Amino acid sequence: MKRLFKPGLLIPVVLIIILAIWPLLSGNSASSREAMFTLIMSMALASSLNIILGYTGYVSFGHIVFFGIGGYAGFWAITELGWHILPAALLGGLVAAIIAWLLGLAVLRLRGAYFALATIGILEAMKALVINLDFLGGPVGLEMHFSEYKRYGGPMQSLWMVYWSMVALAILVVLVSYFVKTSKFGLGLMAIREDEDAAEVMGVITPRAKTWAYVLSAVFPGIIGVLFFFKNGNIEPGDAFRLHFSIEWIVMIMLGGAGTVLGPVLGGGLYQWLRKTLLTSPFFKDYQLVVAGVLLLLIVLFVPTGIIGWLRARSHKLRRIFE
Amino acid sequence: MKILELKNVTKRFGGLTAVNDVTFDLEEGEILGLIGPNGAGKTTLFNCINGVYKPTEGKVIFKGQDITGLPTYKSAHIGLSRTHQIVRPLNELTVLENAMVGACYGRENMNLGDARKTAREMLEFVGMAEKAEALAGTLNVAQKKRLEMARALSARPYLLLLDEVLAGLNTAEVTHMLDTIRKIREQGVTIIMIEHIMHAVMSLSDRLIVLNYGSLIAEGTPEEVSQNPEVIEAYLGDPDLAARLLEEEKA
Repeated sequence: MKRLFKPGLLIPVVLIIILAIWPLLSGNSASSREAMFTLIMSMALASSLNIILGYTGYVSFGHIVFFGIGGYAGFWAITELGWHILPAALLGGLVAAIIAWLLGLAVLRLRGAYFALATIGILEAMKALVINLDFLGGPVGLEMHFSEYKRYGGPMQSLWMVYWSMVALAILVVLVSYFVKTSKFGLGLMAIREDEDAAEVMGVITPRAKTWAYVLSAVFPGIIGVLFFFKNGNIEPGDAFRLHFSIEWIVMIMLGGAGTVLGPVLGGGLYQWLRKTLLTSPFFKDYQLVVAGVLLLLIVLFVPTGIIGWLRARSHKLRRIFE
Repeated sequence: MKILELKNVTKRFGGLTAVNDVTFDLEEGEILGLIGPNGAGKTTLFNCINGVYKPTEGKVIFKGQDITGLPTYKSAHIGLSRTHQIVRPLNELTVLENAMVGACYGRENMNLGDARKTAREMLEFVGMAEKAEALAGTLNVAQKKRLEMARALSARPYLLLLDEVLAGLNTAEVTHMLDTIRKIREQGVTIIMIEHIMHAVMSLSDRLIVLNYGSLIAEGTPEEVSQNPEVIEAYLGDPDLAARLLEEEKA
């Protein structure tokens, strides 16, 4: 229990809870719920990716592939098998985990840029595969009938249910991220990040540790994919496997601080807030990806450790507060 | 009791034979010096022992178990630790965390709490306790070498492979490190050390083996080895060469 009351864990959890209840307090609850959903989803996705990218040092560029695979698996179970959303979401996570485990056996042997490129290749291959699978609707994808929402008490209730599921999931991801970071397993991952050969000489079973990190970082995007596309009402290859979404997750992580617990949460929130501001401004609305690119460049050049990394490097005291 | 046996170990890289048919034994508690000119295959031999390379031919036996070509992490688990000639600190982790990795994943497979305790003890032992919270990347070379030692020792190994832990240190640092190595032996850890600083390796080692072009050319006590003409030739060239050339010219 003592481990639960550390500021390193409490700060990100409290941050998510405050954002989560915002729609209840603000007048325009439906629109602020949608905004907060995007924000909290980004925090959870960035935190998941951070396990393989930040802790282990493997830059998974095409990480959205697990969001897409999970989304398809769950969506298919809902529309074709008539499953309830919750088991379907778990199925999405499971399928993403299994695929990550299988892919990991092959691509986790690669290092550095080769691994990053391989993940992009996997993403494109998976997209091409899904486009050619008739039972997943091919290029058009799958659609959910509006009446599906009746099961959960109507569309309004469904949206709120998905919203609170997302919030709970985001908190779970942060918990997992924190416990990985402060565990023996996490220490092994960080040793791999710093010097994989040296880690192996010290006894870290690197193939196994990397595979678990990859699987763990894929499970949650798989579940989130199901929630997201259920809320959307349809899924198609273009949305499920969009490379630039995964690149945005990397920007979020770099902005907040790779390899920290709070970093991806903060980065995900800030990035989405910035994006929303830009999208609604008359001048920047067409250039929001340009801004994201410039932002990434500036971070890599001037604060490669991100906001939290920068703060942690300032003083010993801050290192105790921010994990 | 024999802790390590090498039987006809050979390592080839394409056409290059880096280690050629090397055979030797190591008694428990011994310090064995491994010397030889640059490029003689000393580090390659280390890599064959702890599994970084799989020997092309031959066998490595550790405590009666054949460990030839076993992955390096398995060697670490059964009690074989090493330091690197070119130091490999985990830069973004603290000195303490570096040593904890050794303890957590070494022979005793400790949990985090025990690992922290052991790591602190070992940092104390090598004289790095006050640097425990510093990031490993900020250390100087001498400190990084000590960290390599602390990390290897935290694994509580039976056999420690030291790859040029004295290189790049000044005289005072060398003396300090020699003391540390003696103390490690007193704890019953067997050591093989690669070293170029002759007075150090001569004074520490119970026995020396000499590699040249990958082959074992001499083996014995420091005195025996330093008298061995083949060894002198490997290091200094042929002592009689000038005389012979002169004679040939006369003839």
